[in-house]
Amino acid sequence: MTSFSDYDYALFFAVIIVVLFVGFISFIWRKPKTMEDITEWGLGGRRFGTVVVWFLLGGDMYTAYTLIAVPGVAGGSGALAMFAITYGIMIYPIVYLMMPRLWTVSKKRNYITVGDFVRDRFSSPFLALLIALTGVLAELPYLALQIVSIGYVMQAIFLPVTISLIIAFLLVAAFTFLSGMRAPALTAIIKDAIVWGVVLTIVIYVPIHYGGFANIFSTASAYTKTTKTFTPLDMPPTLALGYVTLALGSALALFLYPHGITGTLGSKDVRTIKRNASLLPLYNVLLLIVAILGVAAVVANGGVFGTKGQPATSFAFPYLIKDLFPSTFTALAYAAIVVGSVVPASIMALASANLLTRNVYVQYINKNATSAQQALLSRFLVIVVIVAALIFSLTPAANGYVIYLQTFGGAFILQTLPAVYLALYTRKFSKYSIGIGWFIGLSSTLYLLYLLNFSGSLYKPFDFIYVGIFSLILNVVTVLIVHLISLVMHKVKDEGIIDNSELASEF
Amino acid sequence: MNGFIKGILLLLPYIFMVLGFDIYNRVNPQLGGLPFFYWYQLVWIFIAAILTFTVYLVESKEYERKKVNS
Repeated sequence: MTSFSDYDYALFFAVIIVVLFVGFISFIWRKPKTMEDITEWGLGGRRFGTVVVWFLLGGDMYTAYTLIAVPGVAGGSGALAMFAITYGIMIYPIVYLMMPRLWTVSKKRNYITVGDFVRDRFSSPFLALLIALTGVLAELPYLALQIVSIGYVMQAIFLPVTISLIIAFLLVAAFTFLSGMRAPALTAIIKDAIVWGVVLTIVIYVPIHYGGFANIFSTASAYTKTTKTFTPLDMPPTLALGYVTLALGSALALFLYPHGITGTLGSKDVRTIKRNASLLPLYNVLLLIVAILGVAAVVANGGVFGTKGQPATSFAFPYLIKDLFPSTFTALAYAAIVVGSVVPASIMALASANLLTRNVYVQYINKNATSAQQALLSRFLVIVVIVAALIFSLTPAANGYVIYLQTFGGAFILQTLPAVYLALYTRKFSKYSIGIGWFIGLSSTLYLLYLLNFSGSLYKPFDFIYVGIFSLILNVVTVLIVHLISLVMHKVKDEGIIDNSELASEF
Repeated sequence: MNGFIKGILLLLPYIFMVLGFDIYNRVNPQLGGLPFFYWYQLVWIFIAAILTFTVYLVESKEYERKKVNS
Protein backbone atom coordinates (compact mmCIF):
# COMPACT_ATOMS: atom_id res chain seq x y z
CA MET A 1 0.00 0.00 0.00
CA THR A 2 1.41 3.33 -1.06
CA SER A 3 0.21 6.68 0.20
CA PHE A 4 -1.06 9.46 -2.05
CA SER A 5 1.41 11.99 -3.40
CA ASP A 6 0.39 15.56 -4.21
CA TYR A 7 0.21 14.51 -7.83
CA ASP A 8 -2.27 11.73 -6.96
CA TYR A 9 -4.49 14.13 -5.04
CA ALA A 10 -4.34 16.50 -7.98
CA LEU A 11 -5.47 13.72 -10.35
CA PHE A 12 -8.27 12.71 -7.97
CA PHE A 13 -9.63 16.24 -7.77
CA ALA A 14 -9.08 16.94 -11.46
CA VAL A 15 -11.34 14.06 -12.51
CA ILE A 16 -14.08 15.15 -10.12
CA ILE A 17 -13.81 18.78 -11.17
CA VAL A 18 -14.06 17.89 -14.86
CA VAL A 19 -17.28 15.93 -14.23
CA LEU A 20 -18.80 18.71 -12.11
CA PHE A 21 -17.79 21.27 -14.73
CA VAL A 22 -19.54 19.26 -17.45
CA GLY A 23 -22.62 19.22 -15.21
CA PHE A 24 -22.56 23.01 -15.04
CA ILE A 25 -22.23 23.59 -18.75
CA SER A 26 -24.60 20.84 -19.89
CA PHE A 27 -27.50 23.30 -20.14
CA ILE A 28 -26.01 24.36 -23.50
CA TRP A 29 -26.17 20.77 -24.77
CA ARG A 30 -29.11 20.45 -27.22
CA LYS A 31 -30.03 23.88 -25.97
CA PRO A 32 -33.78 24.39 -25.76
CA LYS A 33 -35.58 27.64 -26.64
CA THR A 34 -36.13 28.09 -22.94
CA MET A 35 -35.12 26.18 -19.84
CA GLU A 36 -38.01 27.80 -17.94
CA ASP A 37 -40.18 24.82 -18.78
CA ILE A 38 -40.80 21.75 -16.66
CA THR A 39 -40.48 19.31 -19.60
CA GLU A 40 -37.19 20.86 -20.71
CA TRP A 41 -35.64 21.23 -17.28
CA GLY A 42 -37.21 18.16 -15.67
CA LEU A 43 -37.09 15.62 -18.52
CA GLY A 44 -34.45 17.04 -20.84
CA GLY A 45 -37.21 17.80 -23.33
CA ARG A 46 -38.02 14.09 -23.82
CA ARG A 47 -35.40 13.90 -26.54
CA PHE A 48 -32.77 11.40 -25.39
CA GLY A 49 -31.91 8.61 -27.84
CA THR A 50 -30.76 5.03 -27.26
CA VAL A 51 -27.12 5.79 -26.42
CA VAL A 52 -27.80 8.68 -24.04
CA VAL A 53 -30.54 6.74 -22.24
CA TRP A 54 -28.20 3.78 -21.88
CA PHE A 55 -25.63 5.96 -20.14
CA LEU A 56 -28.23 7.90 -18.19
CA LEU A 57 -30.07 4.88 -16.79
CA GLY A 58 -26.82 2.96 -16.33
CA GLY A 59 -25.29 5.84 -14.40
CA ASP A 60 -28.55 6.24 -12.55
CA MET A 61 -28.88 2.63 -11.35
CA TYR A 62 -25.31 1.37 -11.11
CA THR A 63 -24.11 3.93 -8.62
CA ALA A 64 -21.34 4.73 -6.15
CA TYR A 65 -23.41 2.85 -3.61
CA THR A 66 -23.32 -0.18 -5.91
CA LEU A 67 -19.54 0.02 -6.23
CA ILE A 68 -19.21 0.14 -2.45
CA ALA A 69 -22.07 -2.07 -1.27
CA VAL A 70 -21.88 -5.04 -3.67
CA PRO A 71 -18.17 -5.77 -3.00
CA GLY A 72 -18.95 -4.98 0.63
CA VAL A 73 -21.58 -7.72 0.83
CA ALA A 74 -19.25 -10.08 -1.02
CA GLY A 75 -16.39 -9.23 1.33
CA GLY A 76 -18.56 -9.78 4.40
CA SER A 77 -20.99 -12.55 3.40
CA GLY A 78 -19.72 -13.94 0.09
CA ALA A 79 -22.15 -15.30 -2.53
CA LEU A 80 -25.05 -13.30 -1.10
CA ALA A 81 -23.71 -10.35 -3.14
CA MET A 82 -24.81 -12.24 -6.27
CA PHE A 83 -28.41 -11.35 -5.42
CA ALA A 84 -27.65 -8.04 -7.15
CA ILE A 85 -27.00 -9.94 -10.39
CA THR A 86 -30.03 -12.23 -9.98
CA TYR A 87 -32.08 -9.09 -9.52
CA GLY A 88 -30.36 -7.37 -12.44
CA ILE A 89 -31.40 -10.23 -14.73
CA MET A 90 -35.05 -9.81 -13.73
CA ILE A 91 -35.29 -6.02 -14.09
CA TYR A 92 -35.42 -5.65 -17.83
CA PRO A 93 -38.42 -7.79 -18.85
CA ILE A 94 -40.43 -5.53 -16.51
CA VAL A 95 -38.98 -2.45 -18.13
CA TYR A 96 -39.95 -3.89 -21.52
CA LEU A 97 -43.52 -4.60 -20.45
CA MET A 98 -44.25 -1.50 -18.37
CA MET A 99 -42.22 1.49 -19.42
CA PRO A 100 -43.32 1.82 -23.07
CA ARG A 101 -46.93 2.11 -21.87
CA LEU A 102 -46.09 4.67 -19.21
CA TRP A 103 -43.96 6.63 -21.67
CA THR A 104 -46.70 6.63 -24.34
CA VAL A 105 -49.43 8.05 -22.12
CA SER A 106 -46.97 10.48 -20.50
CA LYS A 107 -45.94 11.87 -23.86
CA LYS A 108 -49.57 12.15 -25.01
CA ARG A 109 -50.73 13.95 -21.89
CA ASN A 110 -47.47 15.70 -21.04
CA TYR A 111 -46.95 13.94 -17.72
CA ILE A 112 -43.72 14.59 -15.84
CA THR A 113 -44.11 12.11 -12.96
CA VAL A 114 -45.73 8.78 -12.25
CA GLY A 115 -48.02 10.67 -9.85
CA ASP A 116 -49.52 12.49 -12.85
CA PHE A 117 -50.43 9.12 -14.36
CA VAL A 118 -51.94 7.78 -11.14
CA ARG A 119 -54.01 10.96 -10.70
CA ASP A 120 -55.67 10.65 -14.10
CA ARG A 121 -55.91 6.89 -14.22
CA PHE A 122 -57.93 6.84 -11.00
CA SER A 123 -59.21 10.44 -11.09
CA SER A 124 -57.75 10.79 -7.63
CA PRO A 125 -55.30 13.56 -6.71
CA PHE A 126 -55.18 12.07 -3.22
CA LEU A 127 -53.99 8.64 -4.40
CA ALA A 128 -51.44 10.46 -6.58
CA LEU A 129 -50.26 12.34 -3.49
CA LEU A 130 -49.82 9.11 -1.54
CA ILE A 131 -47.86 7.48 -4.35
CA ALA A 132 -45.71 10.58 -4.87
CA LEU A 133 -44.88 10.90 -1.18
CA THR A 134 -44.05 7.18 -0.94
CA GLY A 135 -41.65 7.77 -3.81
CA VAL A 136 -39.95 10.74 -2.16
CA LEU A 137 -39.65 8.94 1.19
CA ALA A 138 -38.15 5.84 -0.43
CA GLU A 139 -35.78 7.97 -2.49
CA LEU A 140 -34.32 10.02 0.34
CA PRO A 141 -32.34 7.21 2.04
CA TYR A 142 -31.15 6.03 -1.38
CA LEU A 143 -29.79 9.50 -2.05
CA ALA A 144 -28.27 9.68 1.44
CA LEU A 145 -26.53 6.37 0.73
CA GLN A 146 -24.71 7.86 -2.25
CA ILE A 147 -23.32 10.48 0.10
CA VAL A 148 -22.38 7.96 2.79
CA SER A 149 -20.72 5.69 0.21
CA ILE A 150 -18.26 8.25 -1.07
CA GLY A 151 -17.53 9.17 2.54
CA TYR A 152 -15.69 5.82 2.75
CA VAL A 153 -13.48 6.84 -0.16
CA MET A 154 -12.71 10.21 1.42
CA GLN A 155 -11.87 8.42 4.65
CA ALA A 156 -9.53 5.99 2.88
CA ILE A 157 -7.43 8.89 1.54
CA PHE A 158 -7.60 10.98 4.70
CA LEU A 159 -9.73 13.84 3.40
CA PRO A 160 -11.90 15.72 5.91
CA VAL A 161 -15.12 13.76 5.27
CA THR A 162 -17.92 16.09 6.38
CA ILE A 163 -16.72 19.24 4.67
CA SER A 164 -15.76 17.38 1.47
CA LEU A 165 -19.22 15.82 1.25
CA ILE A 166 -21.00 19.11 1.85
CA ILE A 167 -19.00 20.91 -0.85
CA ALA A 168 -19.37 18.04 -3.34
CA PHE A 169 -23.12 17.69 -3.01
CA LEU A 170 -23.89 21.40 -2.91
CA LEU A 171 -22.09 21.57 -6.25
CA VAL A 172 -24.27 18.69 -7.52
CA ALA A 173 -27.36 20.61 -6.33
CA ALA A 174 -26.10 23.75 -8.07
CA PHE A 175 -25.51 22.16 -11.48
CA THR A 176 -28.82 20.29 -11.33
CA PHE A 177 -30.49 23.62 -10.52
CA LEU A 178 -28.87 25.11 -13.58
CA SER A 179 -28.99 22.33 -16.18
CA GLY A 180 -31.86 20.06 -15.07
CA MET A 181 -31.89 16.55 -16.50
CA ARG A 182 -29.30 17.41 -19.13
CA ALA A 183 -26.71 17.42 -16.32
CA PRO A 184 -27.00 13.77 -15.18
CA ALA A 185 -27.35 12.66 -18.81
CA LEU A 186 -24.15 14.29 -19.99
CA THR A 187 -22.07 13.62 -16.88
CA ALA A 188 -23.18 9.96 -17.02
CA ILE A 189 -21.28 9.51 -20.28
CA ILE A 190 -17.97 10.61 -18.74
CA LYS A 191 -18.63 8.84 -15.47
CA ASP A 192 -19.30 5.52 -17.20
CA ALA A 193 -16.24 5.77 -19.41
CA ILE A 194 -14.09 6.13 -16.28
CA VAL A 195 -15.93 3.49 -14.22
CA TRP A 196 -15.85 0.85 -16.97
CA GLY A 197 -12.17 1.59 -17.65
CA VAL A 198 -11.24 1.24 -14.01
CA VAL A 199 -13.29 -1.90 -13.30
CA LEU A 200 -12.11 -3.72 -16.44
CA THR A 201 -8.48 -2.92 -15.59
CA ILE A 202 -8.92 -4.30 -12.10
CA VAL A 203 -10.69 -7.46 -13.26
CA ILE A 204 -7.94 -8.24 -15.76
CA TYR A 205 -5.16 -7.63 -13.23
CA VAL A 206 -6.63 -9.34 -10.16
CA PRO A 207 -6.85 -12.95 -11.47
CA ILE A 208 -3.36 -12.63 -13.00
CA HIS A 209 -2.01 -11.43 -9.66
CA TYR A 210 -3.60 -14.32 -7.74
CA GLY A 211 -3.05 -17.03 -10.35
CA GLY A 212 -6.63 -17.34 -11.57
CA PHE A 213 -10.16 -17.12 -10.19
CA ALA A 214 -10.01 -20.70 -8.92
CA ASN A 215 -7.23 -19.67 -6.52
CA ILE A 216 -9.15 -16.64 -5.32
CA PHE A 217 -12.27 -18.68 -4.58
CA SER A 218 -10.48 -21.59 -2.92
CA THR A 219 -8.40 -19.25 -0.74
CA ALA A 220 -11.48 -17.23 0.19
CA SER A 221 -13.56 -20.33 0.99
CA ALA A 222 -11.01 -21.32 3.64
CA TYR A 223 -12.29 -18.38 5.71
CA THR A 224 -15.68 -20.11 6.08
CA LYS A 225 -14.02 -22.27 8.75
CA THR A 226 -13.43 -19.27 11.02
CA THR A 227 -16.39 -17.11 9.89
CA LYS A 228 -19.41 -19.35 9.36
CA THR A 229 -21.57 -16.57 7.87
CA PHE A 230 -19.04 -16.04 5.06
CA THR A 231 -19.81 -18.43 2.17
CA PRO A 232 -18.13 -17.26 -1.04
CA LEU A 233 -18.96 -20.25 -3.30
CA ASP A 234 -22.74 -20.61 -2.97
CA MET A 235 -25.65 -19.78 -0.68
CA PRO A 236 -26.62 -21.63 2.51
CA PRO A 237 -29.93 -23.42 1.61
CA THR A 238 -31.72 -21.88 4.62
CA LEU A 239 -31.55 -18.50 2.91
CA ALA A 240 -33.07 -19.72 -0.39
CA LEU A 241 -36.42 -17.96 0.04
CA GLY A 242 -34.77 -14.83 1.41
CA TYR A 243 -32.37 -14.69 -1.53
CA VAL A 244 -34.95 -15.10 -4.29
CA THR A 245 -37.60 -12.84 -2.72
CA LEU A 246 -35.03 -10.13 -2.10
CA ALA A 247 -33.88 -10.39 -5.72
CA LEU A 248 -37.44 -10.47 -7.09
CA GLY A 249 -38.58 -7.61 -4.84
CA SER A 250 -35.62 -5.45 -5.79
CA ALA A 251 -36.25 -6.11 -9.49
CA LEU A 252 -39.93 -5.17 -9.22
CA ALA A 253 -39.04 -2.08 -7.17
CA LEU A 254 -36.32 -0.50 -9.28
CA PHE A 255 -38.53 1.08 -11.92
CA LEU A 256 -41.05 2.21 -9.35
CA TYR A 257 -38.39 4.48 -7.85
CA PRO A 258 -38.67 8.08 -9.02
CA HIS A 259 -35.18 8.05 -10.54
CA GLY A 260 -35.89 4.96 -12.65
CA ILE A 261 -39.14 6.38 -14.01
CA THR A 262 -37.83 9.90 -14.62
CA GLY A 263 -34.80 8.61 -16.50
CA THR A 264 -37.05 6.52 -18.73
CA LEU A 265 -39.53 9.32 -19.42
CA GLY A 266 -36.65 11.38 -20.83
CA SER A 267 -36.43 8.94 -23.78
CA LYS A 268 -37.41 10.26 -27.18
CA ASP A 269 -39.53 7.27 -28.23
CA VAL A 270 -40.69 3.76 -27.37
CA ARG A 271 -37.98 2.23 -29.54
CA THR A 272 -35.33 3.82 -27.31
CA ILE A 273 -36.82 2.17 -24.23
CA LYS A 274 -37.31 -1.25 -25.81
CA ARG A 275 -33.78 -1.28 -27.21
CA ASN A 276 -32.38 -0.34 -23.83
CA ALA A 277 -34.22 -3.22 -22.19
CA SER A 278 -31.77 -5.42 -24.15
CA LEU A 279 -28.71 -3.17 -23.88
CA LEU A 280 -28.79 -2.14 -20.22
CA PRO A 281 -28.23 -5.74 -18.99
CA LEU A 282 -24.60 -5.27 -20.06
CA TYR A 283 -24.16 -3.33 -16.82
CA ASN A 284 -24.92 -6.54 -14.93
CA VAL A 285 -21.59 -7.89 -16.17
CA LEU A 286 -19.92 -4.94 -14.44
CA LEU A 287 -21.88 -5.77 -11.30
CA LEU A 288 -20.84 -9.42 -11.42
CA ILE A 289 -17.21 -8.36 -11.76
CA VAL A 290 -17.33 -6.13 -8.69
CA ALA A 291 -19.03 -8.92 -6.72
CA ILE A 292 -16.12 -11.23 -7.54
CA LEU A 293 -13.69 -8.43 -6.66
CA GLY A 294 -15.33 -8.29 -3.25
CA VAL A 295 -14.37 -11.94 -2.75
CA ALA A 296 -10.84 -11.16 -3.97
CA ALA A 297 -10.71 -8.32 -1.42
CA VAL A 298 -11.02 -10.89 1.37
CA VAL A 299 -7.94 -12.67 0.02
CA ALA A 300 -6.03 -9.39 -0.31
CA ASN A 301 -7.12 -8.30 3.16
CA GLY A 302 -6.34 -11.66 4.75
CA GLY A 303 -9.66 -11.70 6.60
CA VAL A 304 -13.42 -11.36 6.22
CA PHE A 305 -14.61 -7.74 6.25
CA GLY A 306 -16.84 -6.60 9.08
CA THR A 307 -15.60 -9.27 11.51
CA LYS A 308 -13.68 -8.55 14.66
CA GLY A 309 -10.47 -6.60 14.08
CA GLN A 310 -11.21 -6.20 10.35
CA PRO A 311 -12.25 -3.09 8.40
CA ALA A 312 -15.98 -2.40 7.83
CA THR A 313 -17.48 -4.21 4.80
CA SER A 314 -17.77 -0.93 2.89
CA PHE A 315 -13.97 -0.74 2.71
CA ALA A 316 -13.66 -4.00 0.73
CA PHE A 317 -13.44 -2.38 -2.70
CA PRO A 318 -11.42 0.74 -1.74
CA TYR A 319 -8.87 -1.37 0.17
CA LEU A 320 -8.52 -3.97 -2.59
CA ILE A 321 -7.57 -1.20 -5.00
CA LYS A 322 -5.24 0.41 -2.49
CA ASP A 323 -3.53 -2.92 -1.70
CA LEU A 324 -2.88 -3.98 -5.28
CA PHE A 325 -2.39 -0.89 -7.39
CA PRO A 326 0.02 2.05 -7.61
CA SER A 327 -1.28 5.21 -5.97
CA THR A 328 -1.90 6.97 -9.28
CA PHE A 329 -4.32 4.29 -10.43
CA THR A 330 -5.91 4.25 -6.99
CA ALA A 331 -6.50 8.01 -7.29
CA LEU A 332 -8.24 7.46 -10.61
CA ALA A 333 -10.32 4.56 -9.27
CA TYR A 334 -11.42 6.49 -6.18
CA ALA A 335 -12.34 9.45 -8.33
CA ALA A 336 -14.44 7.04 -10.40
CA ILE A 337 -16.37 5.95 -7.31
CA VAL A 338 -16.94 9.57 -6.31
CA VAL A 339 -18.24 10.59 -9.73
CA GLY A 340 -20.36 7.45 -9.61
CA SER A 341 -22.42 9.23 -6.98
CA VAL A 342 -22.87 12.44 -8.93
CA VAL A 343 -25.21 11.14 -11.63
CA PRO A 344 -27.66 9.29 -9.38
CA ALA A 345 -27.63 12.05 -6.74
CA SER A 346 -28.52 14.59 -9.39
CA ILE A 347 -31.35 12.59 -10.96
CA MET A 348 -32.73 11.32 -7.64
CA ALA A 349 -33.00 14.88 -6.33
CA LEU A 350 -34.51 16.03 -9.59
CA ALA A 351 -37.07 13.21 -9.67
CA SER A 352 -38.12 13.87 -6.07
CA ALA A 353 -38.39 17.60 -6.78
CA ASN A 354 -40.62 16.92 -9.79
CA LEU A 355 -42.94 14.75 -7.66
CA LEU A 356 -43.26 17.43 -4.99
CA THR A 357 -43.89 20.12 -7.58
CA ARG A 358 -46.41 18.21 -9.67
CA ASN A 359 -48.29 16.12 -7.15
CA VAL A 360 -48.21 18.36 -4.10
CA TYR A 361 -47.82 21.96 -5.28
CA VAL A 362 -49.74 21.90 -8.57
CA GLN A 363 -52.46 19.53 -7.31
CA TYR A 364 -53.06 21.14 -3.94
CA ILE A 365 -51.59 24.63 -3.75
CA ASN A 366 -51.60 26.31 -7.13
CA LYS A 367 -53.63 24.49 -9.78
CA ASN A 368 -52.83 27.12 -12.40
CA ALA A 369 -49.05 27.14 -12.04
CA THR A 370 -47.40 27.76 -15.39
CA SER A 371 -44.72 25.45 -16.73
CA ALA A 372 -42.11 28.13 -15.97
CA GLN A 373 -43.29 28.43 -12.36
CA GLN A 374 -43.13 24.65 -11.98
CA ALA A 375 -39.59 24.52 -13.36
CA LEU A 376 -38.51 27.27 -10.96
CA LEU A 377 -40.04 25.55 -7.94
CA SER A 378 -38.49 22.20 -8.91
CA ARG A 379 -35.09 23.88 -9.16
CA PHE A 380 -35.29 25.12 -5.60
CA LEU A 381 -36.68 21.82 -4.37
CA VAL A 382 -33.59 20.05 -5.77
CA ILE A 383 -31.51 22.06 -3.34
CA VAL A 384 -33.92 21.33 -0.49
CA VAL A 385 -33.86 17.58 -1.22
CA ILE A 386 -30.06 17.42 -1.43
CA VAL A 387 -29.62 19.41 1.76
CA ALA A 388 -32.13 17.11 3.49
CA ALA A 389 -30.18 14.06 2.30
CA LEU A 390 -26.91 15.65 3.46
CA ILE A 391 -28.28 16.33 6.93
CA PHE A 392 -29.72 12.82 7.00
CA SER A 393 -26.42 11.19 6.02
CA LEU A 394 -24.25 13.29 8.32
CA THR A 395 -26.33 12.82 11.46
CA PRO A 396 -24.34 10.31 13.52
CA ALA A 397 -27.54 8.67 14.75
CA ALA A 398 -28.82 8.05 11.23
CA ASN A 399 -25.47 6.93 9.92
CA GLY A 400 -25.46 3.42 11.29
CA TYR A 401 -28.93 2.78 9.96
CA VAL A 402 -28.61 4.30 6.55
CA ILE A 403 -27.63 1.04 4.81
CA TYR A 404 -30.69 -0.69 6.21
CA LEU A 405 -32.86 2.21 5.20
CA GLN A 406 -32.23 1.45 1.57
CA THR A 407 -33.69 -2.06 1.72
CA PHE A 408 -36.58 -0.51 3.67
CA GLY A 409 -37.01 2.03 0.87
CA GLY A 410 -37.35 -0.85 -1.59
CA ALA A 411 -40.03 -2.48 0.57
CA PHE A 412 -41.96 0.81 0.75
CA ILE A 413 -41.78 1.62 -2.92
CA LEU A 414 -42.95 -1.93 -3.78
CA GLN A 415 -46.31 -1.07 -2.24
CA THR A 416 -46.93 1.39 -5.09
CA LEU A 417 -46.76 -1.49 -7.59
CA PRO A 418 -50.55 -2.02 -7.96
CA ALA A 419 -51.12 1.71 -8.51
CA VAL A 420 -48.56 1.75 -11.31
CA TYR A 421 -47.88 -1.64 -12.94
CA LEU A 422 -51.39 -3.07 -12.49
CA ALA A 423 -52.92 0.23 -13.56
CA LEU A 424 -50.80 0.23 -16.72
CA TYR A 425 -52.62 -2.91 -17.85
CA THR A 426 -56.10 -2.73 -16.36
CA ARG A 427 -58.58 -0.09 -15.23
CA LYS A 428 -60.74 -2.60 -13.37
CA PHE A 429 -59.60 -1.56 -9.91
CA SER A 430 -60.94 1.57 -8.25
CA LYS A 431 -58.94 4.10 -6.28
CA TYR A 432 -60.43 2.60 -3.12
CA SER A 433 -59.16 -0.94 -3.65
CA ILE A 434 -55.71 0.31 -4.72
CA GLY A 435 -55.57 2.85 -1.88
CA ILE A 436 -56.58 0.38 0.82
CA GLY A 437 -54.13 -2.17 -0.59
CA TRP A 438 -51.37 0.46 -0.42
CA PHE A 439 -52.28 1.19 3.21
CA ILE A 440 -52.23 -2.49 4.21
CA GLY A 441 -48.96 -3.07 2.34
CA LEU A 442 -47.25 -0.12 3.95
CA SER A 443 -48.56 -0.93 7.43
CA SER A 444 -47.43 -4.52 7.10
CA THR A 445 -43.97 -3.37 5.93
CA LEU A 446 -43.62 -1.01 8.89
CA TYR A 447 -44.88 -3.59 11.37
CA LEU A 448 -42.54 -6.33 10.15
CA LEU A 449 -39.57 -3.95 10.14
CA TYR A 450 -40.50 -3.02 13.68
CA LEU A 451 -40.53 -6.72 14.63
CA LEU A 452 -37.05 -6.93 13.09
CA ASN A 453 -35.96 -3.95 15.22
CA PHE A 454 -35.29 -2.07 11.98
CA SER A 455 -32.05 -4.00 11.58
CA GLY A 456 -32.77 -6.14 8.55
CA SER A 457 -35.42 -6.86 5.94
CA LEU A 458 -35.59 -10.69 5.88
CA TYR A 459 -38.26 -12.06 8.21
CA LYS A 460 -37.07 -15.22 9.95
CA PRO A 461 -40.41 -16.74 11.12
CA PHE A 462 -41.48 -16.93 7.45
CA ASP A 463 -38.36 -18.67 6.20
CA PHE A 464 -36.45 -15.36 5.82
CA ILE A 465 -38.89 -13.96 3.26
CA TYR A 466 -38.17 -10.40 2.13
CA VAL A 467 -40.50 -8.04 4.00
CA GLY A 468 -41.28 -6.10 0.80
CA ILE A 469 -42.56 -9.16 -1.06
CA PHE A 470 -44.55 -10.44 1.92
CA SER A 471 -46.28 -7.07 2.23
CA LEU A 472 -46.83 -6.82 -1.51
CA ILE A 473 -48.69 -10.13 -1.43
CA LEU A 474 -50.94 -8.79 1.36
CA ASN A 475 -51.33 -5.59 -0.62
CA VAL A 476 -52.47 -7.34 -3.81
CA VAL A 477 -54.78 -9.72 -1.92
CA THR A 478 -56.37 -6.69 -0.24
CA VAL A 479 -56.87 -5.01 -3.61
CA LEU A 480 -58.66 -8.13 -4.87
CA ILE A 481 -60.84 -8.50 -1.75
CA VAL A 482 -61.92 -4.85 -1.76
CA HIS A 483 -62.59 -5.16 -5.46
CA LEU A 484 -64.78 -8.24 -4.92
CA ILE A 485 -66.69 -6.56 -2.10
CA SER A 486 -67.40 -3.51 -4.20
CA LEU A 487 -68.48 -5.77 -7.08
CA VAL A 488 -70.97 -7.53 -4.81
CA MET A 489 -72.24 -4.19 -3.52
CA HIS A 490 -72.45 -2.84 -7.09
CA LYS A 491 -70.22 0.03 -6.08
CA VAL A 492 -67.61 -0.32 -8.80
CA LYS A 493 -67.06 3.01 -10.50
CA ASP A 494 -64.64 3.47 -13.33
CA GLU A 495 -63.63 7.08 -12.91
CA GLY A 496 -60.25 7.26 -14.59
CA ILE A 497 -59.97 9.58 -17.57
CA ILE A 498 -57.25 7.59 -19.35
CA ASP A 499 -58.56 5.17 -21.92
CA ASN A 500 -56.70 1.88 -22.34
CA SER A 501 -55.97 2.75 -25.97
CA GLU A 502 -53.83 5.69 -24.78
CA LEU A 503 -51.43 3.28 -23.12
CA ALA A 504 -50.76 1.09 -26.14
CA SER A 505 -47.32 1.94 -27.45
CA GLU A 506 -46.69 2.38 -31.17
CA PHE A 507 -45.38 -1.15 -31.35
CA MET B 1 -45.89 -14.06 -32.76
CA ASN B 2 -48.82 -13.95 -30.39
CA GLY B 3 -48.83 -12.23 -27.03
CA PHE B 4 -48.71 -15.53 -25.15
CA ILE B 5 -45.38 -16.59 -26.63
CA LYS B 6 -43.94 -13.09 -26.09
CA GLY B 7 -45.07 -13.25 -22.49
CA ILE B 8 -43.38 -16.62 -21.99
CA LEU B 9 -40.12 -15.34 -23.48
CA LEU B 10 -40.14 -12.36 -21.14
CA LEU B 11 -41.11 -14.49 -18.14
CA LEU B 12 -38.44 -17.18 -18.63
CA PRO B 13 -35.78 -15.30 -16.61
CA TYR B 14 -38.16 -15.22 -13.61
CA ILE B 15 -38.89 -18.92 -13.83
CA PHE B 16 -35.19 -19.75 -13.98
CA MET B 17 -34.01 -17.23 -11.40
CA VAL B 18 -36.79 -17.58 -8.80
CA LEU B 19 -38.04 -21.16 -9.15
CA GLY B 20 -34.73 -22.51 -10.39
CA PHE B 21 -32.71 -21.38 -7.39
CA ASP B 22 -31.90 -24.92 -6.27
CA ILE B 23 -30.57 -25.67 -9.74
CA TYR B 24 -28.00 -22.87 -9.73
CA ASN B 25 -27.14 -22.76 -6.04
CA ARG B 26 -24.19 -25.12 -6.39
CA VAL B 27 -20.41 -24.92 -6.64
CA ASN B 28 -19.64 -27.48 -9.37
CA PRO B 29 -19.07 -27.73 -12.30
CA GLN B 30 -16.77 -24.72 -12.30
CA LEU B 31 -15.86 -22.73 -15.39
CA GLY B 32 -12.70 -20.66 -15.71
CA GLY B 33 -12.26 -20.89 -11.96
CA LEU B 34 -15.73 -19.48 -11.27
CA PRO B 35 -18.17 -21.51 -9.13
CA PHE B 36 -21.36 -22.62 -10.94
CA PHE B 37 -23.41 -20.11 -8.93
CA TYR B 38 -21.45 -17.28 -10.59
CA TRP B 39 -20.93 -18.37 -14.18
CA TYR B 40 -24.46 -19.74 -14.61
CA GLN B 41 -25.81 -16.31 -13.77
CA LEU B 42 -23.23 -14.67 -16.02
CA VAL B 43 -24.63 -16.76 -18.89
CA TRP B 44 -28.18 -15.79 -17.88
CA ILE B 45 -27.36 -12.09 -18.14
CA PHE B 46 -26.90 -12.70 -21.86
CA ILE B 47 -29.80 -15.16 -22.29
CA ALA B 48 -32.21 -12.67 -20.71
CA ALA B 49 -30.95 -9.85 -22.90
CA ILE B 50 -31.28 -12.00 -26.03
CA LEU B 51 -34.85 -12.99 -25.09
CA THR B 52 -35.86 -9.34 -24.68
CA PHE B 53 -34.11 -8.43 -27.90
CA THR B 54 -35.90 -11.24 -29.77
CA VAL B 55 -39.27 -9.91 -28.67
CA TYR B 56 -38.18 -6.41 -29.69
CA LEU B 57 -37.11 -7.55 -33.16
CA VAL B 58 -40.35 -9.47 -33.72
CA GLU B 59 -42.52 -6.57 -32.59
CA SER B 60 -40.49 -4.15 -34.64
CA LYS B 61 -40.95 -6.31 -37.79
CA GLU B 62 -44.67 -6.72 -37.14
CA TYR B 63 -44.99 -2.97 -36.76
CA GLU B 64 -43.18 -2.27 -40.03
CA ARG B 65 -45.37 -4.79 -41.86
CA LYS B 66 -48.52 -3.24 -40.45
CA LYS B 67 -47.36 0.19 -41.53
CA VAL B 68 -46.72 -0.98 -45.10
CA ASN B 69 -50.10 -2.72 -45.32
CA SER B 70 -52.13 0.18 -44.03
